Amino acid sequence: MAELTTYPTPPRAAGRVLPGWLSALVVVERFWTWYRHGWRATAVTSVLQPLLFLLAFGVGLGSLVNTGGRAIAATGGVPYLMYLAPGLLAMSAVQIAAFESTYPVLSAFKWQRIYQAMAASPITPGQIAIGNLTWIGLRMLSSGVVYVLIIALLGGVRGFGVVLSLLCATLCGLAFSSLVMTFASVIRNEEVAFSAFFRFVLIPMTLFSGTFFPITRLPAWVRPVAWVTPLWHGTELSRGVALGTLRLLPALGHLGYLLALLALGAGLLKRRFQRRLST
Amino acid sequence: MSALRPVSGKYGYGHTSHSLVGFVRPPGYRRAVSEDGFNSGSENGAVLVKARGLSKRFGPLEAVRGIDLDVIRGEVFGLLGPNGAGKSSAMRMLACVSPRSAGSLHVLGMDPDVDGPAIRARIGVVPQLDNLDVDLSVRENLQIYGRYFGLSRARARQRAAELLRFAQLADRADSQVESLSGGMRRRLIVARSLVNDPELLLLDEPTTGLDPQARHQLWDRLYQLKQHGVTQLITTHYMDEAERLCDRLVVMDAGVIAAEGSPAALIKRYSTRDVLELRFASQVSRPTPTELAGFVERVEELPDRLLLYADDGEAALGALHRAGVRPRASLVRRSSLEDVFLRLTGRSLVE
Repeated sequence: MAELTTYPTPPRAAGRVLPGWLSALVVVERFWTWYRHGWRATAVTSVLQPLLFLLAFGVGLGSLVNTGGRAIAATGGVPYLMYLAPGLLAMSAVQIAAFESTYPVLSAFKWQRIYQAMAASPITPGQIAIGNLTWIGLRMLSSGVVYVLIIALLGGVRGFGVVLSLLCATLCGLAFSSLVMTFASVIRNEEVAFSAFFRFVLIPMTLFSGTFFPITRLPAWVRPVAWVTPLWHGTELSRGVALGTLRLLPALGHLGYLLALLALGAGLLKRRFQRRLST
Repeated sequence: MSALRPVSGKYGYGHTSHSLVGFVRPPGYRRAVSEDGFNSGSENGAVLVKARGLSKRFGPLEAVRGIDLDVIRGEVFGLLGPNGAGKSSAMRMLACVSPRSAGSLHVLGMDPDVDGPAIRARIGVVPQLDNLDVDLSVRENLQIYGRYFGLSRARARQRAAELLRFAQLADRADSQVESLSGGMRRRLIVARSLVNDPELLLLDEPTTGLDPQARHQLWDRLYQLKQHGVTQLITTHYMDEAERLCDRLVVMDAGVIAAEGSPAALIKRYSTRDVLELRFASQVSRPTPTELAGFVERVEELPDRLLLYADDGEAALGALHRAGVRPRASLVRRSSLEDVFLRLTGRSLVE
């Protein structure tokens, strides 16, 4: 019969399930592809911001601090730029975490639905979460490198300890980011939630976590707040390794706290993505 | 041997063509049917989707209430129903992005609860809501999607080029997705769903919101895919689309399956061959359904007209005329899937 045209053999699908870490890397690749379109815009801010901060505080304010007396005693006699630079490195990581983990995450769920598109592929929600977090970590590292170069140009680098500073700052940013991403994947009313987050979490944290002055200069009752923040631990680590003033026990404490926070945050994040993308 | 031949029978739904419609299958499928009643594990005729008592609950809301489905390799299977009938919930379970609440489900012989990623690697999904990556170019959308499915960079690039031609988007390859028209975006999503050469394609309302030209273009692509042996499962609430594309379909209503069969078989079972539409000058001159009952099988009253269901519409019209019924306008047409659909799911608005 003429209508019984022979069908071609049914297709054999070409898709396959990648190992977990490779799946997360493919998610990173998506963000990299996206980043290449708009990197010029972020390149300007990632050079301009450290330059402005370092000039205003490191050089400008530093000229007051460096005159001596009680002010310089607070930094342990270290020139203010050298004292401040590793702290700014940690602060910058936390700021990148805050920006990359709020609206972009919300948008990927709610407006652009790119997570939903990914979740239709063999990639699992948990791998999407970890891939996105890894991307944010890479952004912190690359911006951090720019930071370090500018610090070096201004004469604020003491030695190779700054490389360790960069790693500590990134760990601190990642721990924070995992929690903020979880938050961004939970909230429904972004206007209220995000403005509250920026006002009551991010800004106080960047001001009172020991970036600009040791928290011992704060009233005793404020200090416990700083102890809870990842930024204080990140700042202590980053500054400690840059200036070579870190002692073993506090170092392990700070490191342990940040790693525990990251483990907790990543666990919550994976669970949250799983629940939201598989309903 | 014309490639259009098997489908040409589908556009007419007179009694004579019933035998041709619905299950036009290549010899391979026939063997599978005769030997093991579609349950063959072999390539052709294999059951790609098998659901029994499949249910989905969202808190107190029961979106899907125990449906049975069998989708067979090579066919285009339709899932029809009004808004809120549970089509999309069912599709999401089949796409392995939504765990079932009860019942059993096998897709490509695997259980989504256990082998979700392995199943997703071999199927394609066209979602109802557009989720293209708007910050990427058309080509990048296809390439990166190929990477999600584990394709090498070279293979993803090559596949993207093939799909750009298939979707007639080659000249827009480097445009941002945002600049595409609705029809182009839809074609791009269909192209994207094919990046892994899926064995089963799930399309959730693929042509909703498109203009007639764009719909026809998309139908052509889907027909082409069928010719290449890609099994398709389509949800739609356009009856012409279902009639045109589907070999077999189910009508869902309020979470359950209300009817099942080929479009022609459904028309035969739930409607008459013809429908006689009568309009009257005024409500006064309009006869009541009881007055007309003897002439036809069934009468339906609409605000502006009467629908009379009869196997021979012309004969019924003649008989009515002789009996003194004088409509202002009359139309005899063949029953369509829309008549079946409205009969099964009701004319009142369900939301």
